[in-house]
Amino acid sequence: MGNISYLLLRAEKLANQNSDPKIIVVTSGKGGVGKTTTSAAFATALALRNYPTVVIDFDVGLRNLDLVMGCERRVVFDFVQVINGECSLNQALIKDRRVENLYILPASQTRDKDALTLKGVARVLEALKKRFQYIICDSPAGIEHGAIMAMYFADEALIVTNPEVSSVRDSDRIIGMLASKTRRAVQNLEPIKEHLLLTRYVEKRVGRGDMISAKDVQEILAINLLGVIPESSSVLQSSNAGIPITLDQNSDAGEAYHDAVARFLGEEPPKRDKKGLFSRLFGN
Amino acid sequence: MSLLNYFSTQPKSASIAKERLQIIVAHQRRERSSIMSDFLPDLQKELIEVVRKYIEIRDEDVNIRVEQAENYEVLEVNIALPDSSIVKIHTK
Ligand SMILES: Nc1ncnc2c1ncn2[C@@H]1O[C@H](COP(=O)(O)OP(=O)(O)OP(=O)(O)O)[C@@H](O)[C@H]1O
Ligand SMILES: [Mg+2]
Repeated sequence: MGNISYLLLRAEKLANQNSDPKIIVVTSGKGGVGKTTTSAAFATALALRNYPTVVIDFDVGLRNLDLVMGCERRVVFDFVQVINGECSLNQALIKDRRVENLYILPASQTRDKDALTLKGVARVLEALKKRFQYIICDSPAGIEHGAIMAMYFADEALIVTNPEVSSVRDSDRIIGMLASKTRRAVQNLEPIKEHLLLTRYVEKRVGRGDMISAKDVQEILAINLLGVIPESSSVLQSSNAGIPITLDQNSDAGEAYHDAVARFLGEEPPKRDKKGLFSRLFGN
Repeated sequence: MSLLNYFSTQPKSASIAKERLQIIVAHQRRERSSIMSDFLPDLQKELIEVVRKYIEIRDEDVNIRVEQAENYEVLEVNIALPDSSIVKIHTK
């Protein structure tokens, strides 16, 4: 039985791998809601499924992704230097030591966000598309230049939202920008596929009526809900250690991220003894 | 009424949040879908240029707003004219 489901999964994987490379922006408007945590978690989970994956830090001047991925001491060159032709793409890419098929393109610590240009970003993304199936863009907070650079070329967007008023309002503004300030919008192509990812969710507080529920956030923003990630002390622990949360076998948040990735890929959600948060809330 | 009573008769804060967000998001989306939002900045720039042919004004003297009504939009243009004593009328 286990074997059969394994074979099915493999077949699906091979089929998927032949599809076009995808650029995914992880964005939010509001700061500190979990974009970098999500970028690292998603990229790692995709690579664990054998998809060649790269995750790019667009937070120029305030890089963080290298820390969450645990590769900060291996950063030599960065994204801006690649854009400026000061090093090759290969020199700047950092190969993850734990997961095959996983690479990190770090941000510059010394430059500012204006160092990114549409032309430069386009050139790097084109080169990455030749090597990777998934290109994850970790957006900086805000709705200015840096955030626009991160979302401009995206095919799909993960809109990271906390169940809290200012985060939900900012997410709606980001949804508006995705629909107007991106390549797909400007060129009148098929719109960016949007996914809502609710993070730092505390079911108990929702039950008590002092935190807005996943259903309500989904209803207000009216986009596809990809997953609900619980508030979890394991997230801080894993970022302390520089281990993406999806490598932690015992984390409820890590499990919720794996489920979200499965849903993202259109797979059947994995059967578990204990139902995940999303399944309990939405019954699938 | 005791404090405890007061809180128990209040709606839960999450439902207040939901209500507020529904209003905010509806407003933001109406504004975005306005047919005018695309060209408003250009319209403003060109209006300033036209007015400047006749009267000397500063950029910030021109104010444009789109008001949303039930099923129509109002374009409100406000041009603050400078003090008449210093107005320089351009003549062609
Ligand atoms: N599910 C979670 N449970 C508990 N803590 C979390 C969770 N998700 C994120 N955090 C914590 O929240 C903080 C902010 O997370 P993160 O850096 O991923 O946010 P961000 O959106 O990338 O921030 P910025 O806007 O500054 O780039 C971190 O300390 C992280 O550990
Ligand atoms: Mg971040």
